Amino acid sequence: MEKNNDLLIVENLTTTFNTERGKLKAVDGVSFNVKNGEILGIVGESGCGKSVTSQSIMRLYDEKKFAEFKGKILFKGESLFDIPLPKMRNYRGEKISMIFQDALSALNPVFTIGEQIREPLWIHHRMKKDAAKERAIELLTLVGIPDPSKRIDQYPHELSGGMRQRVMIAIALACSPELLIADEPTTALDVTIQAQIMDLIVELNKKLNMGVILITHDLAVVAETCNRVVVMYLGQIVEEATVTEIFDNPMHPYTKGLLQSIPRISDEKQERLFMIPGTVPLLSNVPHGCRFAERCKYAEEACRQNNQDLESCGGAGHKVRCWKAIKGIN
Amino acid sequence: MKKEREVIVETTNVKKYFPVAHNQIVKAVDGVSLKLYKGETYGLVGETGCGKSTFGRTLIRLQNPTEGTIKVKGKDISNAPEKELGDLRKQMQMVFQDPFTSLNPRIRIGDMLMEVLKIHGIGNSKSEKMAMAMEIMEKVGLRTEHFYRYPHEFSGGQRQRIGLARALILNPEIIVCDEPVSALDVSIQSQIINLFLDLQDSDDLTYLFIAHDISVVKYISNRIGVMYLGHLVEEATTEDLFSHPLHPYTQALLSAVPEANPHKSDKQRIILKGDLPSPIDPPSGCVFRTRCPYATTLCEDLKPQTLDIGPEEGHRVACHMYAEKHYGTTGAMIEAKGKELAVAK
Repeated sequence: MEKNNDLLIVENLTTTFNTERGKLKAVDGVSFNVKNGEILGIVGESGCGKSVTSQSIMRLYDEKKFAEFKGKILFKGESLFDIPLPKMRNYRGEKISMIFQDALSALNPVFTIGEQIREPLWIHHRMKKDAAKERAIELLTLVGIPDPSKRIDQYPHELSGGMRQRVMIAIALACSPELLIADEPTTALDVTIQAQIMDLIVELNKKLNMGVILITHDLAVVAETCNRVVVMYLGQIVEEATVTEIFDNPMHPYTKGLLQSIPRISDEKQERLFMIPGTVPLLSNVPHGCRFAERCKYAEEACRQNNQDLESCGGAGHKVRCWKAIKGIN
Repeated sequence: MKKEREVIVETTNVKKYFPVAHNQIVKAVDGVSLKLYKGETYGLVGETGCGKSTFGRTLIRLQNPTEGTIKVKGKDISNAPEKELGDLRKQMQMVFQDPFTSLNPRIRIGDMLMEVLKIHGIGNSKSEKMAMAMEIMEKVGLRTEHFYRYPHEFSGGQRQRIGLARALILNPEIIVCDEPVSALDVSIQSQIINLFLDLQDSDDLTYLFIAHDISVVKYISNRIGVMYLGHLVEEATTEDLFSHPLHPYTQALLSAVPEANPHKSDKQRIILKGDLPSPIDPPSGCVFRTRCPYATTLCEDLKPQTLDIGPEEGHRVACHMYAEKHYGTTGAMIEAKGKELAVAK
């Protein structure tokens, strides 16, 4: 019964890159699902594999030479890895679309924004110029750009950072996708603009009942927008739960550490911030056993021996990759 | 008590204009006056392009101010010749935002630190300089074996420690920190923030902490200044600013900060309309009026003064809404302003 509600199911996704220094597993056995109309947050620090996960869903890596995918990705029951690569184009921008972090480098500087919004409409729907122009104006209005009929003839450099991000969202929404992947959509923006863009994404998610994967390192943004959260560390999911669960009852020591180490605007001032000691290990040198063990204050010998699987713990779909948390120690 | 505190840096009406093409001028910093007290952390916040970094760089004379005075320990340095700046740099140092581009990739860490000593003529022998470099490295949490390594061998957090070591080796009293943690991951960010606090405790440092992340600034600062389009629009102690933000821009800025608490989602958010105006052609009168929900014709005609009119002492705000209260009536305010102009002439 629940299966019907799933828009996207990722099962045991492993992405391996062939590099000069050998094979690197950037994503290692990641499984999660996105329900219809839900906003799923993927959080983690740089190098945890959150962006690689999203780009693997879109199959944006060169599969002939560079990348190897394993596992399964089911989009509305269809396996994305089984369709021939050229056919992937029918999905990209049409059914699944993506917003990138840096809007300036993601937009083409030599085409007007109108042309860039019309492109997916032409590719996927063969929409004629006049109709596409009308649709482009409609989209720009939807994302809150004032004076859209004038703006569509402008080039990306004529727009501010917030406006460019809105244009990117307009392009992503052009074909009314069922799933939107937003990869750090507001990281390069100021807080006031960030608030506008996040409000826009949430509003569109409600209005169009579109599933959203929001990839970010900012826990505060997650708290304000997502329904469920997946926390990643070094290529693996360490915890998955609803937003309220993650913030009220974090189980994995890494999640706990992250939540404690951010200064919060509404908190009383503490003497010192909580620190997670050390740094994230390199992918070429992944520790044996639990990947977080060497930075974890609760770690013991058993943690370094065996790598715990992600297991359900507590109710409401809360999953965690820490045997101590599952057994209720700590 | 506040009056007894030693003022270590005082800027008066500092302006920094940059000429650009077509004979136009970018007014990056347009009349900022503030004081830094010894041992405090002054947080400077504002959005991209508000002039906070330019102000920081002008303060330590990496750029010369177009107008205005900068006094460090009572001495006017705003026009000090290049020769005298060496002494100034011993007192004031800077930590930069990007730990990847602010270190020379071809110089070993140890040599980088010893070069600073050499330039300033500190330490007699090479071994003495080396000992000083080792000492400072230990202080910022680097290991002695890092002495012979190159910048690319370090992670972002470690590089920011190197940047701090380079600033601290001269034993300065004032450090201008320009977005020192914004390029770092959450778990590393807290390590570096704690290091800043530890060093302030042990060395009695004064920080000008420039950042756009308001949660971080709130955590680290004693007082905060809010900048908008080259102007300081509000200044107050951290507690006061967050409990009673007065300027409409500050109110909007603080309301936009996301909170890591899913239960507080009903927060009222003030969404500002439009974009930041161009600093080439800033609005007349109050620079914020084009986006201000309370703007009147007065805001268009008259530039608001920065007045100490908050509920608590030292809460300065540049907004006509409060100036009216201060002077009683609008008429009285314009009159007072007129007198001031007459005196200036």
